[in-house]
Amino acid sequence: MSAQDTLAPDTPVENPAPAGPDYQEILYNGLWKNNPALVQLLGLCPLLAVTSTVVNAIGLGLATIVVLLGSNIAVSLIRNYVSEAVRLPAFVMIIASFTTCIELIMQAYTYELYQILGIFIPLIVTNCAILGRADAFASRNPVLPSAVDGLMMGLGFMFVLVVLGGMRELIGQATLFSDMHLLFGDIALGWKITFFSDYPNVLFAILPPGAFIGLGLLIAIKNYYDEKEKQRVAKAQEGQEKVSRRVRVTD
Amino acid sequence: MSLLRITSPHTHRAGRRTSWVMQMVILATVPGLITQTYLFGYGTLINLVIACLTALLSEAFILKLRNRPIGFSLSDCSALLTAVLLALALPPTVPWWLTVTAVSFSVIFAKQVYGGLGNNPFNPAMVGYAICLVSFPVPMTQWIGASEIIQAGAVPSFSDSLAAIFGSLPTIDSYTMATPLDAFKHKDGLMSSEAYASIAGLQSANLVSWMYVNLAYLAGGLLLIWLRIITWHTPVAMIAGLGLMANVFYGLDPDNAASTIFHLTSGAVMLGAFFIATDPVSSCTSNRGKLVYGLGIGILIYVIRTWGGYPDGVAFAVLLMNFAAPLIDYFTQPRTYGHKKAKKGLTIGGEK
Repeated sequence: MSAQDTLAPDTPVENPAPAGPDYQEILYNGLWKNNPALVQLLGLCPLLAVTSTVVNAIGLGLATIVVLLGSNIAVSLIRNYVSEAVRLPAFVMIIASFTTCIELIMQAYTYELYQILGIFIPLIVTNCAILGRADAFASRNPVLPSAVDGLMMGLGFMFVLVVLGGMRELIGQATLFSDMHLLFGDIALGWKITFFSDYPNVLFAILPPGAFIGLGLLIAIKNYYDEKEKQRVAKAQEGQEKVSRRVRVTD
Repeated sequence: MSLLRITSPHTHRAGRRTSWVMQMVILATVPGLITQTYLFGYGTLINLVIACLTALLSEAFILKLRNRPIGFSLSDCSALLTAVLLALALPPTVPWWLTVTAVSFSVIFAKQVYGGLGNNPFNPAMVGYAICLVSFPVPMTQWIGASEIIQAGAVPSFSDSLAAIFGSLPTIDSYTMATPLDAFKHKDGLMSSEAYASIAGLQSANLVSWMYVNLAYLAGGLLLIWLRIITWHTPVAMIAGLGLMANVFYGLDPDNAASTIFHLTSGAVMLGAFFIATDPVSSCTSNRGKLVYGLGIGILIYVIRTWGGYPDGVAFAVLLMNFAAPLIDYFTQPRTYGHKKAKKGLTIGGEK
């Protein structure tokens, strides 16, 4: 059975380019073009469940970045020694080990945040974005590009988490960066910005339906921007051709 | 030779355009609107103005974003109808931003995001109502009591209604009172007879004022049936479903359950039965389907009122049955002309 058969049909397989890795491409893929949350729509369960405030989003985003970075490096290191048949269980074991580490670290240093995020920290194991990157990229690429890919995918995921968390916190309770001390210690006690003091809490934005609608809006905005950008590029190219033709005509 | 080309729906009477239907439904709410204004003050009218302005503005805004003709869609009055239904369903004392939220959410997210009129799977007005009920439970359950038994002794004046909506009215508590449904839900283990005697919200004046509201909507609804804008199936089935459930449980336990007539004449039953459940877009299409759909709403209203977390359940019941409407339609297709039996259920598309 080849790798292609066992993958989900829409999992992108990225084979290494013959001329060596293109780090700019990896960066652009992770942060924007192939963003795990906005384009691949992977890892939606934690994305929708915990993004009720910015601090939750950053906490889960950092944990996911660490797991994604670690698992990508480890998977890339063992990629030539694990047979095709058992690679998925091996990847899951690696991811689970990293998740356990991060869970214990959060339990030790950010206990309150650990309690707020609850089941969603252990559930990082089942985040499809991580297994997807391990299988689609890290198992076919050398260590350094895999590490960069893990970092960029993680940053792209966290970026969406934070934007969504900010949106929901702002609409839900008219604050930003509340409770940041849970993650950053006492220096963050004064970071909370309150916009209206007598704001009626919009429970809907804090509850899961608000997350679905918020994510839908973010995806719509991204697609709209991409479409505009495509039109702009097309227009610019058209303009160039015209200019060159005109030069020839005046000759 | 020029042929007259007419697109569907092929109605048998000319001139009955979408805008005419919507305008007639809006007109049919007038008895209810007058009754609510008489009983609860000018709040409903002020809400109506805010709701209509918001609906038109948000519909125009989203149509502009979608590059659709603005005047064409605005003139079919469907956004106005959504606004009117919401204004009637919201309590007369809700702050202005709540009305704006409810209406803009229902027009933008419940209707236009799905593709505009005719494509929305859920009743837009009820989506807006449910969002606000979930988000702001306190202002959404604050209703004005009957003028005989509230402290203020009269319905709020125009200026008091304005103050309640656009600012804060310190004396608001002297006007408001639990609705009969709310009061009955929180009778805290009292027997029904004790509750009727002791709880303010269950005094006969309050019960009667809600009965008038429901009777006014019943009159408007009968007008709609007479105009053949709606058929009798959905409302009758819904009232029958609610009445049946109430009858059974009242018969089993008259000390704790509310009577059938109490259930039928309180809350938003008649508004729901004739104006909301009959929404042609989100409800069932076939006549037998409408019967099943209405029955389901009626039963769900009783279930939510009696065992659910909210005093009234019309909005949630309608939304839940909106989910089921396509499935019900699938199983209740009528017999087509020339066929001996109706194709229904699992035989559709199969050999059998």
